Amino acid sequence: MSFDEIYNIALMQGFAGLSLFSVLLLMGLGLAIIFGQMGVINMAHGEFMTIGAYTIFLFSSLTETYAPGLMQAYFPVAIVFAFLIAFGFGWLTEWALIRHLYKRPLDTLLATWGLSLGMQQVFRSTFGPKEVSPTLPDWLMGSWAPSEGLDIPINGLFVLALTALVTGGVLLALYKSRWGLRVRATVANRPMANATGINTKRTDRLTFAIGCGIAGVAGAAFTTIGSTGPTSGSLYIVDAFLVVTFGGAASLLGTVASAFGIAQTQSISEFFLTGSMAKVLTLLLIVTILMIRPQGLFASKIRR
Amino acid sequence: MDAFKNWVARSGMGSILILALLIMVVFPLTMDIFRLNLVGKYLTYAFVAVGLVMLWGYGGILSLGQGVFFGLGGYMMAMFLKLEASDPEATKIQSTPGIPDFMDWNQLTELPIWWQPFHSFSFTVLAVVAVPMILAFIVSFAMFKRRVGGVYFAIITQAVALILTVLIIGQQGYTGGVNGITDLKTLMGWDIRDDSSKYVLYFVNAGLLIGVILLCRWIQMSKLGTLLLAMRDKEDRVRFSGYDVSMFKVFAFVLAAGISAIGGAMFTLQVGFMSPSFVGIVPSIEMVIFAAVGGRMSLVGAVYGALLVNFGKTYFSESAPDLWLFLMAALFIGVVLAFPNGLAGLYESHVKPWLSRRKSSPPAPSMEAPASSAHTPKTAPESSLPKGVQGQSA
Repeated sequence: MSFDEIYNIALMQGFAGLSLFSVLLLMGLGLAIIFGQMGVINMAHGEFMTIGAYTIFLFSSLTETYAPGLMQAYFPVAIVFAFLIAFGFGWLTEWALIRHLYKRPLDTLLATWGLSLGMQQVFRSTFGPKEVSPTLPDWLMGSWAPSEGLDIPINGLFVLALTALVTGGVLLALYKSRWGLRVRATVANRPMANATGINTKRTDRLTFAIGCGIAGVAGAAFTTIGSTGPTSGSLYIVDAFLVVTFGGAASLLGTVASAFGIAQTQSISEFFLTGSMAKVLTLLLIVTILMIRPQGLFASKIRR
Repeated sequence: MDAFKNWVARSGMGSILILALLIMVVFPLTMDIFRLNLVGKYLTYAFVAVGLVMLWGYGGILSLGQGVFFGLGGYMMAMFLKLEASDPEATKIQSTPGIPDFMDWNQLTELPIWWQPFHSFSFTVLAVVAVPMILAFIVSFAMFKRRVGGVYFAIITQAVALILTVLIIGQQGYTGGVNGITDLKTLMGWDIRDDSSKYVLYFVNAGLLIGVILLCRWIQMSKLGTLLLAMRDKEDRVRFSGYDVSMFKVFAFVLAAGISAIGGAMFTLQVGFMSPSFVGIVPSIEMVIFAAVGGRMSLVGAVYGALLVNFGKTYFSESAPDLWLFLMAALFIGVVLAFPNGLAGLYESHVKPWLSRRKSSPPAPSMEAPASSAHTPKTAPESSLPKGVQGQSA
């Protein structure tokens, strides 16, 4: 094996890790807002991702039947709708369920788990038990080969770019917008935020809905990598929670760092071990570190 | 005599006796062995639910990984039975006789070292209880000493459940993989598959369950139980009073783990196999709902909850499988929003006042006073209940 080949393998392996990183980060971002900022355990988070994924599927099949000429262009529009639909459902969920349970986090956990079961059954009755995948536009297919023997899949690049966009957007919104200011004020001190005239209840609802909307975008992005079934959301949920907890619940940068760390650990150990053992090793590492340092990598400096 | 009556009312012995009569006398008399075996299976889940009442209702610690302990107990019992079922005589067609069949299929030629001690029954019985308790101790000691609790603890236990499932499925040669450990035949030469032994196992199981409930009831009535309750409601005050809060929490978690493991071992004995589908995240959360439906504060209620939910599951997944998940969803949400005290709470708030009204209207008003005051330790006031979660303030 020449040096060039080893270099290429290392590059592609690194890219596989980056892909996983963007997937984990996209999953974690919505939760970092809902769980990290608001402290709400939303076990139905995975199902909001599935909503986004099914939205893409719906758009792709509708476009295929009614406007085949637009096949190259539907994807960005569909992503926006994935956000909006998940946002809407998130809004409803907060109004109907979550707002009654803010003082009882463990009960929220059970109630949202129930919600996720119900949503899974709705998906199953609507879209059937089989996994579906949308017809992707041509520009998302294939791979990019910058040099001989080096193949980088375009869908991976796309997810990476989307992740960067969403992460940047969330960071900007949280630290530069009025909404972000209100959210941070509410997290830091609810009664004081109320006293200064912030409508904390509305802030909560908006925050929850935005978190769900981001989950929808994540789900939309995943359709470029894999297929979607009624229960695909539940496969991600534990990983997503671990990413957020490991990073330090209230820190968005922590989420980014932990997603990167977890993804690289997993993809590097996958190179040497079997897939399942790599997963076990990664999870064990996370749990052990969390036992030693329960506040996560980046602890917030807020006094609680 | 009055003192005795008082004691019966305070300890809730009456309801435990009714439960014992129901599962030890009424069920065996009215059901055929197939149904009874099914009930026996549900009662093994009730072990987990009883453990959760101690851990969650009394300790205020929610674990989403009780399936881990149930599964460990079950797997260790299954390992013993499997080794007995695969003696060299019965497995002589394998390329390596004398090892379990799934090992042979996975090209293992030797029994792994950590399987060896499971040739001994006494070791197995000890390990069934001890190994889950040790694991529970390691996990909870590290967490509670650092004052992690509440939702973080729930997430970590969930991760542990995920790790164990992935490990069991991935290490097919050592654990039987997705299929689990099947084809279990005899327990020390005694066939566990025929009807008479199923009866025996059912009664052993029911007896153990009642025993566990009595033990837990005794703990609840002791000072320890009061401390657990106090900790759930105002952890800091208990700490400032000079108690080592974290060790009491560790105790509750280890106790629940041990109880769940007994349930798992009895599950393997009665059902005849063990598989990773009883270990993971989904079964673990379902076990929480058994306790929630029965009433998270009531030991007896947990058993009824486990029985009811499982009867419902069996009935609906046969007749209307689509409906079952919706029903389950409604159960989760309804129990949390509308009936946070479950069946036992409904009994306390509706049936009991009605009963005592009927009783007290003709003669004896003196009966009522001990009966109503007696139950104060058992049912926490409605308002304090949601506070089961103060843990993670640090």
